[in-house]
Amino acid sequence: MIPLEGFLQTLIAGILLGGLYALIGIGMTLIMGVMKIINLAHGELMMVGMYIAFWMFELFKIDPYLSIFVAVPALFFLGIALQKFLINPVLKVDSILPENQVILTVGIGMVLANLATIFFKSDYRSTPVDYGTSAWYLSDYWIDTPLDLSLSVPWTVSFLFAVFITISLWFFLSKTDMGKSIRATAQDLDAALIMGVNVKLMRVVTFGIGAGLVGAAGCLFIPIYYLYPSLGGQFTLIAFVITILGGLGSTIGAIIGGLILGIFESMTATYIGMGWAPVGRFVIFIAALIFLPGGVASLLKRQRFGK
Amino acid sequence: MLEIKNIDVCYGDVQVVWDVSFDVKKGEVVALVGANGAGKSTNLKTISGILRPKKGHIVFEGNPIHTVEPFRLNEIGIAHVPEARRLFVEMTVDENLDMGSLKGAAKKEREKSREMVFDLFPRLKERRKQLTGTLSGGEQQMAAVARGLMSKPRLLMFDEPSLGLSPILVREIFNVIKKIRKEGVTVLIVEQNVQQTLSLADRAYVLENGRITLSGTGRELLVNDHVKTAYLGV
Repeated sequence: MIPLEGFLQTLIAGILLGGLYALIGIGMTLIMGVMKIINLAHGELMMVGMYIAFWMFELFKIDPYLSIFVAVPALFFLGIALQKFLINPVLKVDSILPENQVILTVGIGMVLANLATIFFKSDYRSTPVDYGTSAWYLSDYWIDTPLDLSLSVPWTVSFLFAVFITISLWFFLSKTDMGKSIRATAQDLDAALIMGVNVKLMRVVTFGIGAGLVGAAGCLFIPIYYLYPSLGGQFTLIAFVITILGGLGSTIGAIIGGLILGIFESMTATYIGMGWAPVGRFVIFIAALIFLPGGVASLLKRQRFGK
Repeated sequence: MLEIKNIDVCYGDVQVVWDVSFDVKKGEVVALVGANGAGKSTNLKTISGILRPKKGHIVFEGNPIHTVEPFRLNEIGIAHVPEARRLFVEMTVDENLDMGSLKGAAKKEREKSREMVFDLFPRLKERRKQLTGTLSGGEQQMAAVARGLMSKPRLLMFDEPSLGLSPILVREIFNVIKKIRKEGVTVLIVEQNVQQTLSLADRAYVLENGRITLSGTGRELLVNDHVKTAYLGV
């Protein structure tokens, strides 16, 4: 394989992975923006989404991509219930520090992971779809191509779904009154209240949307990944890194952060070694904290506000 | 129209408003004036439900509103232009105006109201696609007033509309308030700019250390000896 070909192939893999990471990161970022807390049960919510997709496949032979239509509403209502019955009561008590709400989400994550272990055993699961290993090759379409590149079918389909969901979310947030109210709540809670926004409802809905997004990400990940009850922690960390990298609470930042992380991990895996990908993740995390503490969002802001 | 009856308001354990009562009649411009920390903004925040009174009642058009969910007040007909503008800085002027008209009739007439506020502030029309965080201080204040008007309020409350503005812009904002009142909107205004506020207001109350110490028509207070020495520096 010539070096350029390898590089481009790695870049493609990175972008595809980054698109999925972005979807996970956006959910956490949205919750962060409106609630001002990091949801450390985020990866576990994704695990729940993956189990939904897995059982739909196992029991009813439903394609994981179709399970999105089950997992997203299920996770949306699970998110609403968690926010309403567990997190909100803690928010109400003034003496409890915001840190305690974060710790509460850690607890929720643990409970979810252990419930999954009890009910589904700690076996590794996957959905062996028949397109799981197929790929599109550039040389099939362009015979004399100097560089042969390939696109894995499930990775590409998952990526396109992630892009579609992200665009729909953008449309919702920027064009509908409900979406604008969510952004307004994130930017200035009291001002939103004065404008007649039911900020309590927005908090609940936002947590639901964040959970729904990561549930969708679970369905997109299961055709290309495997599933076990404690997988959540890893993805919570990924979402956390993306949120920091993107700038807390910025949706565009999370998309760019997800792509940066995906590409960086893919590059580390190719050029340093498979096992080093998580190291790459933390190198970029620490680098972001040192050199760009405001995240990508601070760069965007500097450009827009001319500061 | 609006009656405040004997309210006490606290931040945690610290009480900042003591037994305050005042009223605003339909079509009036009423001012609350006083120094920093006198409790002026606290009063407005309590009316719009961000703070709750420890004691006392707030009645708007015959209905108690201090027990109503704060996000419903906008629908009832009260708009608040908060201190320091509090715009949604990462949203455009248009989006901020949308946020001002989320409910009921205001939402249906959003485009008409938008034309109306652009007539009032032609400058905002030029800037409609710009993020409000990039506007100048004066333009931001215009956007904040415009956002308040979008809900078609019957009572509009201004908190320090002249804060941080040059004298020319202050005059412009006060002229707009006069125009708004001509449209039949009742105005409650909180200000440190005592001279200009008193000449605009029908009636005014002077707040000192969380208590109302003086009240009267704007003109009466302008010539009051205490007001002259304490606030007008003459």
